[in-house]
Amino acid sequence: MFEKALKGNNNYWIWLAFLGTFMAIGAICYIRQYNFGLGLTGMSRDVSWGLYISNFTFLVGVAAGGVMLVLPYYIHNYKVFGRITILGEFLAIASICMCLMFIIADLGQPIRALNVLLHPTPNSMLFWDMIVLNTYLLLNIICGWVILTAERKQVKPPKWVYIFVYISIPFAISIHTVTAMLYCGLPGRHFWLSAIIAPRFLASAFAAGPALIIFVSLILKRVANFDAGKEATDKMVTIVLYAALVNAFFVMLEFFVGFYSQIPGHMHTLQYLFVGLEHHGHVYNNLVPFMWGFVVLTTAGFTLMAIPYTRRKDLWLAIGSASLFLGLWLDKGIGFVLAGFVPNPLEEITEYYPTLNELLITIAVWCTGFFILTILYKIAVGVEHEVEA
Amino acid sequence: MYDSGKIITGLIIFVLLITFPIWYNHGDAGEVPKPELPKDSKQCVLPTSEMRSNHMQLLNQWRDEVLRTGDRAYFELEGKKYQKSLQNACIQCHTSKKKFCDTCHTYTSVNPYCWDCHLVPVESE
Amino acid sequence: MDKKRREFLKIAGISTLAGLGAPAVVDRFVSGSSPLAALAAREVETGGHGEPAEAQAAPAEHVQQSVTTGIRLGMVIDIRKFIDNPEMEKECVRVCHAVHNVPVFSRKKDEIKWIWRTGYENAFPEHTNYYRNDEIEQNEVLVLCNHCDKPPCVRACPTKATFKAANGIVAMDYHRCIGCRFCMAACPYGARSFNWRDPREGLDMNKLNREFPTRMRGVVEKCNFCADRLGRGQQPACVEATGSTKAMVFGDLNDPNSEIRQVLKENYTIQRKPSLGTSPSVFFII
Repeated sequence: MFEKALKGNNNYWIWLAFLGTFMAIGAICYIRQYNFGLGLTGMSRDVSWGLYISNFTFLVGVAAGGVMLVLPYYIHNYKVFGRITILGEFLAIASICMCLMFIIADLGQPIRALNVLLHPTPNSMLFWDMIVLNTYLLLNIICGWVILTAERKQVKPPKWVYIFVYISIPFAISIHTVTAMLYCGLPGRHFWLSAIIAPRFLASAFAAGPALIIFVSLILKRVANFDAGKEATDKMVTIVLYAALVNAFFVMLEFFVGFYSQIPGHMHTLQYLFVGLEHHGHVYNNLVPFMWGFVVLTTAGFTLMAIPYTRRKDLWLAIGSASLFLGLWLDKGIGFVLAGFVPNPLEEITEYYPTLNELLITIAVWCTGFFILTILYKIAVGVEHEVEA
Repeated sequence: MYDSGKIITGLIIFVLLITFPIWYNHGDAGEVPKPELPKDSKQCVLPTSEMRSNHMQLLNQWRDEVLRTGDRAYFELEGKKYQKSLQNACIQCHTSKKKFCDTCHTYTSVNPYCWDCHLVPVESE
Repeated sequence: MDKKRREFLKIAGISTLAGLGAPAVVDRFVSGSSPLAALAAREVETGGHGEPAEAQAAPAEHVQQSVTTGIRLGMVIDIRKFIDNPEMEKECVRVCHAVHNVPVFSRKKDEIKWIWRTGYENAFPEHTNYYRNDEIEQNEVLVLCNHCDKPPCVRACPTKATFKAANGIVAMDYHRCIGCRFCMAACPYGARSFNWRDPREGLDMNKLNREFPTRMRGVVEKCNFCADRLGRGQQPACVEATGSTKAMVFGDLNDPNSEIRQVLKENYTIQRKPSLGTSPSVFFII
């Protein structure tokens, strides 16, 4: 079915070229980083995980969000999602690819990456993360491809693929739970040592993933003549709204625990994120604008998606879902990971500023993901059009 | 066949590229490397032929024994005690990386990353 | 093909695969560390390269052996003895970094330190930090890897590149480390450093300790309780730098007759972040 991706109008090729340029720049930047070391990034002894891992964390969520389309259709027979489950599955593939690229970019010795397989360590959550992420990728490739092929040939998908579909649903939950467990089991980092991290991750994922799908499906309606349908879009909006509400509730609970108990370990990081932390006469607050951006963008996005007047207009819905997605990215992709290292275990503060090289690699990985997504969606839309004709 | 012109041309170019190392050197494999042996010692940890084929495995075994099992027992060679260590045993006798290790490694195009960490013996010329 | 024959071939193929794969899988799970085993006190890593592994708890030569329970190396740092002698603290740091070829970089974010001096409120954030006496207020504490009995870093490492050795030391295998820095996130004491760049750029290549390697970029490193020196019958470098002042005492915590146990019996000691349950092997007399 790949031939569907090889024919497109000028806009398609211009878009791919645009992404390709950033991918090429990023490849050069990665070669520079590979030769010098991760010292080319802004990470330091105190903030040892930066943009790469924070984006990885966010994207695992986006990949898990695809399950919100698969679950209603395959388990609960919600036929309206029939045309768009493929969008969810392909988004999961592109997201997991981005996740794997971020991990490789972040490793100090990437050519030793296979050591995780050669020396399996069941007590390490990174080991399980590697397993579930790769398995989920494989599951989505199998399910998406087989079901799309069956649809193209206008036959029912073979019975065995449904086993993989059903397995992929708990796996979607597991990828983000395992990723959350990377953080919530570490005794030294009080900002992360909370049972609500995994539920918060899942809620944020189930809002961000479908929000991106809504945004992209609106674009597909404009450029590819592919309409997800009003009922499907409305249902996705409902899912996103509830997930966003739950996420906001969980965030507020974190605030309560920190500020009611007044225990420094639970408070300081939240203070650093939202108002800045004063230490030895210096105020550290470089993430404060991002966190208030998160609050503003998620509130604006939620409102735009919730009010029926704006929800019904494609432009406002697109702005709203993009705003919500961006806001959630600021929360998880910037706030959560980076702030876990502030203050450090010795109550000192080192702030993190990414370098240009690091930013370009990050952008390149996102562009690669969108490149893969574009190709896959082109194939899916191509098959839809072929079937409808 | 269709496009036979392009295919045959492509095949010939491919075969030429793949066999490049053979015809570029006129079938000559180059001189057999002659590593310079240490002058003062006669005996190594294992017999020469075994060392030649298995020194990598021996070093890995020493690494696992010393680092992972904690077995830092000394071994004796020609009356002297040595640790199981690249820096503290092997290069005590094989004092030149260029004249010993590199002669074979360069010939076979092997790039072990030992020297990224383990200190290269100071060349004494 | 006949339908029955097709079904038979399918089942035969799958059983063959299962039969071939199952022993390897079971083997791995039996010999690999289970979560319970890894949380137990002393887990010995059994060989890394597929070679038959004989787990010999070969102790460091100079330390007394306690046959029944095995050795657990620990250290007591007597801060009182450093109070009149801050130069001695600096000497401990200098000697450690010199013996182990630890690089020095100008940018703070690249820094690598195995042992260093820090304020009391940084070393012991769980203790009260106001209305302190003058000595605490004006002096610094030496901190290093605590070689915990229940190390979170070992639990986190996905390749067992950091592991608990038989003598209690939390060791690093630089050959296996993939540089994921999960151990750095897991350590509650900030004891670990990462080689963000080639460490040899921060070293004077003419003034190295030639008995010890450097590291390469892309791996995590930390204090190793001088396992290399212990193997040669020497004390850790920092302990040796304190001379005969007994400012640092090193020994087997499991041996009730060792000097370190005497010191622990006779003095009130505290540890860093005890509430986290990591059971550190480094004690402090304040």
